[in-house]
Amino acid sequence: MRLARTLAWMLLAAPLAAMASEAGMKLDRMPADVNPNDPVSLQRGAQVYVNYCMGCHSASYMRYNRLADLGLTDQQIRDNLIFTGAKVGELMTIGMAAKDAKEWFGAPPPDLSVIARSRSSSAGSGADWLYTYLRGFYRDPSRPTGWNNTVFPNVGMPHVLYQLQGEQVLKTEVLLQPRGSGKKEDALKIEAQKLVLEKPGTMAPVEYDRLAADLVNFLVYLSEPVKHFRQQLGIYVLMFLGVLFVLAYALKKEFWKDVH
Amino acid sequence: MAAADKQPVTITCAGPLNGALSGALTWVDQRFPMMSLWRDHLAEYYAPKNFNFWYYFGSLAMFVLVLQIATGIFLTMHYKPDAAQAFASVEYIMRDVPGGWLIRYLHSTGASAFFLVVYLHMFRGLMYGSYRKPRELIWIFGMLIYLCLMAEAFFGYLLPWGQMSYWGAQVIVNLFNALPIIGPDLSTWIRGDFVVSDATLNRFFAFHVIAIPLVLLGLVAVHIMALHEVGSNNPDGVEIKKVKDPKTGHPVDGIPFHPYYTVKDTLGVVVFAIVFSVILFFMPEMGGYFLEYNNFIPADPLKTPPHIAPVWYFTPYYSILRAVTEDYMWVLAIGVAAYTILIWVKARDKRFRYAAAAIGLVVIMLMKGPQMELNLGFAALKLPFEAKVWGVVLMGVSTLIFFLLPWLDQSPVKSIRYKGMLCKTALAIFVITFLILGYLGTLTVTEGRTLAAQVFTLIYFAFFLLMPWYTRMDKTKPEPERVTG
Repeated sequence: MRLARTLAWMLLAAPLAAMASEAGMKLDRMPADVNPNDPVSLQRGAQVYVNYCMGCHSASYMRYNRLADLGLTDQQIRDNLIFTGAKVGELMTIGMAAKDAKEWFGAPPPDLSVIARSRSSSAGSGADWLYTYLRGFYRDPSRPTGWNNTVFPNVGMPHVLYQLQGEQVLKTEVLLQPRGSGKKEDALKIEAQKLVLEKPGTMAPVEYDRLAADLVNFLVYLSEPVKHFRQQLGIYVLMFLGVLFVLAYALKKEFWKDVH
Repeated sequence: MAAADKQPVTITCAGPLNGALSGALTWVDQRFPMMSLWRDHLAEYYAPKNFNFWYYFGSLAMFVLVLQIATGIFLTMHYKPDAAQAFASVEYIMRDVPGGWLIRYLHSTGASAFFLVVYLHMFRGLMYGSYRKPRELIWIFGMLIYLCLMAEAFFGYLLPWGQMSYWGAQVIVNLFNALPIIGPDLSTWIRGDFVVSDATLNRFFAFHVIAIPLVLLGLVAVHIMALHEVGSNNPDGVEIKKVKDPKTGHPVDGIPFHPYYTVKDTLGVVVFAIVFSVILFFMPEMGGYFLEYNNFIPADPLKTPPHIAPVWYFTPYYSILRAVTEDYMWVLAIGVAAYTILIWVKARDKRFRYAAAAIGLVVIMLMKGPQMELNLGFAALKLPFEAKVWGVVLMGVSTLIFFLLPWLDQSPVKSIRYKGMLCKTALAIFVITFLILGYLGTLTVTEGRTLAAQVFTLIYFAFFLLMPWYTRMDKTKPEPERVTG
């Protein structure tokens, strides 16, 4: 009996041991105050998307007129978000050929329709990854584009928003952690890498972060436009099932009252 | 009874419809065994009255099966089984098809729910000895259903044509590559190409939407026919047919399936639907376990993902596959030797003894025997087989070994309620082992994890292979005459 119990505990402890490690990159968290249903934030994100991203990144599973979800009319979409002469019911495709793109950037820029879903991982949500990525570009002369990224090393994409954010560099800092005698020579040296804004852009860092957050908010919407409606419908479905549960329970109880 | 001799069907309902309805039912019943089917399988199928929580999962599996077929039909109307269009057509369903997202999530959540329900249904069988005589065939049909379900899930998972779809199929089909002689040709034949491609997608689509479902439905029918022939087991593992009411001839502890279990299972379905809806409407990806994140990247034959993991319901077996390394072959060979000796010492039948020794010896030679190469004329056979061959074999055996349960379990009692500490501990350890192997299968490989998987692989097989002895040694309690409620 005791042996069995010990064995059981050992078995239970094993997965915990296996779980340890699985380190990975640290992602910044998408600001919690960005409301996924805020039309202002989403509209701004859409605007940034069509202005800055859509030169290279299609969203070819999405139709322009679906952006009515963000509180826009077809006319507003035509006037503000379509630059290609596409009809409002058409897919958000781009003109750049994948073959050319591959030659220019090393890899064709991915379609961003479901990028926020695909970038989720145990390190954080897709939104976290994108938010970190958009703020993680730094100057790197060794790269063909002159840019590199902290969460996507050796990325083929240049920093498209650099005029807004400015130019960051990656600095290595040596932190000293006292140990032993407490003298400086004995201290443990920890190297930490840090992004430093070297040349400011047209936006203050706080403003740029908000812009990135709004863009990410839009990308999250783009990856599953039905999400908001799905959750709303879910509440009604659960309320209905709650009523059904009461009825089913009462029915069962009534039938079973003479089974002993 | 000749059809024309059948009694007219009388039903009672208010109003002038009564006569017309009775007449219509009589007309049908004289041409089709409607009333006898109704009686034999529902109104007068006597099921034990003491079914507990674990007995919901059979009817739930049926419910999910219907759900998958119904949603699958609608998905087929919009999905394109074409490598160039498949991924986009799924997103088209998610965005442009009215209600398409709901149908798709019902189907994707339903796939995981199916396995969850079936695993719990199987665990019920393990706990209460539902596979024991006279229900061996029910168990075997059930296991065939489970195998079909795995095939169905495997073929279906390629269809969204995401990275995990693609590379998961690539890895699994490549397993056949490991088989000696026929391996490479076999895997090419399965794929219809040298890599997973449009040809593979098309045939997997055919298997997923028609071939396997047909077999599955047939197996479900015989599973239930066999069940209704011998009658349901129950948490006490005693036969309710032994004690019958002398007047009616019905089991004293039995109640008609309809209405008692139809209303009870309806309640089960509603509770299931609540849990199901919470997942579907609020977390359809289930943290990457039901819909893997990487599968939102379209399949790219030139870009192998760093970490390929099957969906959660396959991961215990995937762990066993990955556990078999060249070093582990020593452990396996010693294990086979020890097991052969155990049979030699314990078996009473001489012929059985010799057969076991011969098989054991051959297996050991194929695992760690002297190296040689046999020239078969059309191909060369390298002996002993490599670890990867045994990985595939062990993975296959780990799913098939469930078939043997009716004969491995030698306990004088059926239900865990009357089994002793030995059997209870063994089952508990097995469940934990299955969960841990499943968890390990979702992770990347490290040395420590491989070692863990190897240890739990041994425990996994020990649960089955040592069963004839520990079930006999176990101190059981006497079974009651009648169910205890």
